[in-house]
Amino acid sequence: MSLAAVATDMSLGARAHRVAMVAAEFADRVDQEGRFPREAVEAMKAERLLGIQIPSAFGGEGATTQEIAEVCSILGQACAASAMVFAMHQIKVSSLVEHGTESAWHKDFMRELAARQLLVASATTEAGIGGNMRNSICAIEIDGDICRLTKDATVISYGTHADAIMVTSRSHEKAASGDQVMTVFRKGQYTLQKTVDWDTLGMRGTCSDGFLFKGEAPAVQVFPKPFAEIAAQSMLATSHLLWSAVWYGIAADAVLRAQAFVRAAARKANGAQPPGAVRLAEASNLLQLLKANILSGLKVYADAKADPDQLSSMAFSIAMNNVKLASSETILTIINQAMIICGIMGYKNGTPYSLGRHLRDAHSAQLMISNDRILGNTSTMLLVQKPDTSLLG
Amino acid sequence: MNETIRELLTRVGGLPVAVSELEDGADLYAAGLSSFASVQLMLAIEEAFDIEFPDNLLNRKSFASISAIEETVSRILKAREAA
Repeated sequence: MSLAAVATDMSLGARAHRVAMVAAEFADRVDQEGRFPREAVEAMKAERLLGIQIPSAFGGEGATTQEIAEVCSILGQACAASAMVFAMHQIKVSSLVEHGTESAWHKDFMRELAARQLLVASATTEAGIGGNMRNSICAIEIDGDICRLTKDATVISYGTHADAIMVTSRSHEKAASGDQVMTVFRKGQYTLQKTVDWDTLGMRGTCSDGFLFKGEAPAVQVFPKPFAEIAAQSMLATSHLLWSAVWYGIAADAVLRAQAFVRAAARKANGAQPPGAVRLAEASNLLQLLKANILSGLKVYADAKADPDQLSSMAFSIAMNNVKLASSETILTIINQAMIICGIMGYKNGTPYSLGRHLRDAHSAQLMISNDRILGNTSTMLLVQKPDTSLLG
Repeated sequence: MNETIRELLTRVGGLPVAVSELEDGADLYAAGLSSFASVQLMLAIEEAFDIEFPDNLLNRKSFASISAIEETVSRILKAREAA
């Protein structure tokens, strides 16, 4: 395809690849400086990727979770932080799309999000809840038509760069910690006072600083459904699937770099098998396993989507948990293989085979919702739920 | 059955409120039932009624309230009688 044809191809894949080219160009700087990937996010807006999930009736494109996962993977191969910002935004949008269609305000917000390419962030973690986002300490105060909320949010990824933040809280002052709602606050309706710096090993560009959030907005901006339903029916699946797609992208790029290294060695080896060739075969095998894991998860979600009972079943939760556990662990093995293949050229920064950023970014996967916590939840469910032993589901 | 369920809920539910104050239709999750406690409750009910929950009933809805649990258990008992 000619360059002109690439530039005018308006398919979702082509648009994602154009954004990926921008993201790749700035990936190392974003990582080194630990700054927001603004060029990539501007490119997402220019290619109108932020609104793709919004139904066409509200001015979006009605993209499926599969299609969004593909974009995540394409971006993940270029810059993991940019891809993760995109994924986290789409996870928030999924809550709007799945749970906002019965409320006039949320429908209008969807229209505006699609039209103006608004970036949405999330404030689900809070100091004192021990990392379990299904509990809140802060409570929303409804005062007539107005709602007010103060939250000591230990993490709000790209908080200062977002056009809106979705914030969880207890549903009223006397509610139990698990009786939560989620509220959309728009820029201008809140203040953010930075409390914690995001200076991390990897995923440095997500700028997941902690803030003291203080917001006041019309009460209609509270989602009309309990957060428990939103979490179980859209967030659990989209988080694990879209994160996994980003991680797949990181691992895929690592394998690509390792392959380039082996090919270069093979060309100089006069027909002899270069060192690392067998490891590359192993890495390719693991990458396929990872891909199959994510694809099967996407299919389970697509099938379950039609049935709310299925979405809130233990079998479904276990399946999604397993996708996340396997993806987050397998990428580390794959990237480590790639590092051994590329040797010192992979370990050094600034070579065509550098893998340090990949490896550091990938280490976040086991921690964003700790795998130990997920294993604990799954093991609890397996006390009653029989494992699905069918091959085709 | 209602009484047994309430007794088990008191024992393993870990709710911050007294079970006797809960209406049959009250949302147990809103009352503070954690997912871990809900599994403990399922196990206790399986033991007490000598039943096993089929996978299609292992969802939030089946255990959302005392009356929902009653209905779930009754369904299983009825299905067993019919078999």
